[in-house]
Amino acid sequence: MTTRIDRRMAKLKSEGRPALVTYIMGGDPDYDTALAIMKGLPVAGSDIIELGMPFSDPMADGPAIQAAGLRALKGGQTLARTLKMASEFRAGDDETPIVLMGYYNPIYIYGVDRFLADAKASGIDGLIVVDLPPEMDEELCIPALKAGVNFIRLATPTTDDKRLPKVLQNTSGFVYYVSMTGITGSALADTAKVSAAVTRIKGHTALPVCVGFGVKTAEQARVIGASADGVVVGTAIVNAVANVLGPRGEKTADPAEAVATLVSGLAQGVRSARLAAAE
Amino acid sequence: MNKPAMPNSFRTGPDEQGMFGIFGGRFVAETLMPLILDLERNWNEVKNDPDFKAELQNLSTHYAGRPSKLYFAEGLTRHLREVSSAKGLGGGAKVYFKREDLNHTGSHKINNCLGQILLAKRMGKKRIIAETGAGQHGVASATVAARFGYPCVVYMGATDVARQSPNVFRMKLLGAEVRPVTAGHGTLKDAMNEALRDWVTNVEDTYYLIGTAAGPHPYPELVRDFQSVIGTEARAQILEQEGRLPDTIIAAVGGGSNAIGLFHPFLDDKDVRIIGIEAGGRGLDGIEHCASMSAGKPGVLHGNRTYLLQNGDGQIMDGHSISAGLDYPGVGPEHSWLRDSGRVEYVPILDDEALEAFQLTTRVEGIIPALESAHAIAHAMKIVPSMDKDQIVIVNLSGRGDKDVHTVANMLGMEI
Repeated sequence: MTTRIDRRMAKLKSEGRPALVTYIMGGDPDYDTALAIMKGLPVAGSDIIELGMPFSDPMADGPAIQAAGLRALKGGQTLARTLKMASEFRAGDDETPIVLMGYYNPIYIYGVDRFLADAKASGIDGLIVVDLPPEMDEELCIPALKAGVNFIRLATPTTDDKRLPKVLQNTSGFVYYVSMTGITGSALADTAKVSAAVTRIKGHTALPVCVGFGVKTAEQARVIGASADGVVVGTAIVNAVANVLGPRGEKTADPAEAVATLVSGLAQGVRSARLAAAE
Repeated sequence: MNKPAMPNSFRTGPDEQGMFGIFGGRFVAETLMPLILDLERNWNEVKNDPDFKAELQNLSTHYAGRPSKLYFAEGLTRHLREVSSAKGLGGGAKVYFKREDLNHTGSHKINNCLGQILLAKRMGKKRIIAETGAGQHGVASATVAARFGYPCVVYMGATDVARQSPNVFRMKLLGAEVRPVTAGHGTLKDAMNEALRDWVTNVEDTYYLIGTAAGPHPYPELVRDFQSVIGTEARAQILEQEGRLPDTIIAAVGGGSNAIGLFHPFLDDKDVRIIGIEAGGRGLDGIEHCASMSAGKPGVLHGNRTYLLQNGDGQIMDGHSISAGLDYPGVGPEHSWLRDSGRVEYVPILDDEALEAFQLTTRVEGIIPALESAHAIAHAMKIVPSMDKDQIVIVNLSGRGDKDVHTVANMLGMEI
């Protein structure tokens, strides 16, 4: 069974370029604006969308994504509304893969079976759940795979060769390599080390490897994209939203336009990655 | 729903996956997973190592001042017998305090910190981080870090920094860096998030010294085992002083480390009634309390599944308690399991009731209890008058209340 993620990755491979994976927070700063931002992503050059499910206690996130989650929750976002956002997006775009990213508790409270059924119906292709390591696979990973939803695992600098097979075992769609030990939005790690890690992981799996945490500029996207199958950008996009909000949350410019401008630049960086590498 | 069958023993958990029934587990980011497995390996090595035990025993005796006394609280007992008589009951059980307030640093927290600092040393770690609510664990962490020569960073909610200022100063004197956390309500939950973010960033050299019997496996088990010295001593002491086991034991539950420490050695003594006291705050009708087991439901936070205060969307609530040490919307997973299995009762005590117990204990016993411990005493005040005179109650006096005088003065409308 192939998913939208598999098809998109295969297509990009044939084109000889890495994927631009863009993260936005569902419902940030409000439902309608977030949906407009989301709809603009593929137009601006995003290949895969990570849709953040806000959580009150995001342990792996830095200040930017923490603040985005709080804005969304304050705006009334819930898991049900995040799913609704996905299905509204899906009504106009049946190709761009959507990966939900967040923490387990809201899913656990929603109910795993009900969540998977509703996610599938909303056009969700994959899940990244930060606080579910392979040791907890029975909770959501196995049921998701049975439901035909990709479960995308994070591999990190602390995941050594001995542990890597366990991490990769039930992973599908792609592997998300976390470029550093740290929280989202920190400074990018040494790119040579990241490339070496991508090569190491590729030695263990045929799945595409996307790299995230710390990628903020088109130039960084180009460098990382030279070796990785995809580049994930999150904090920079979330900051683009925050930058056009005033002190009381009022919009000083159009967030969707701000994000589209940033993503267009990143897309150029990613698209020139392999050309640069080939030179 | 049927209750699960009563196990033969309540003292065998957790299982190899770190589960107490459906509670516990290892819900952490992949970055931390190898560290937690490494900690588990080291813990399994040391827990039956005679050298490790001897070193801990030596420090417990000569540095922390163990064993702590089991004290017959004659003044409180007399007072509660008068209350009983006034109600025409003519009863009133004997009340004993397990004096953890007399430990070095002023609370039970030192028991766990001594154990974990020895573990950190054995693992070759170079830096200690900790979270703290009331500051008792922060002080105990800063103390053992000073004693063993480690740099120490303590994360503390900004609200707690303000209401527990004496402890903040103590930590600074001990050489620790106190980092205030402004997220959320600025209490223990937020401090723990920030400590986890530090740990995920500094994986190579940092030991996370968790202060309560919560977090991912193996923390709930190892914190419990280091704190079980409380119950082990209390059990032997009451047998020596009274020639029999107590009828009831009571302890306050925030994350639940002093409570599990007292309870665990008594869990298979079927005739001993065990009661954990949650922070009822301003009442369970609203959201201003921290009674996760009385008013919450199971969910996943800070590495484990346990009872949590949360809304219908699975977002964690901030809660409220007069006592910073109980101001946490979750609880250690073993308590959740003990609740569901029916072995331990968990009941709330309101801010006002705790405040009254704080004042009464100070006046009739000459002991200023921590506001956390005052919650446990408040429940004893409720049940002791209707018990018989030949019955025995042990209350865990988990810490001393010097740190709380500003909060209490505020509540009473007094200036100091």
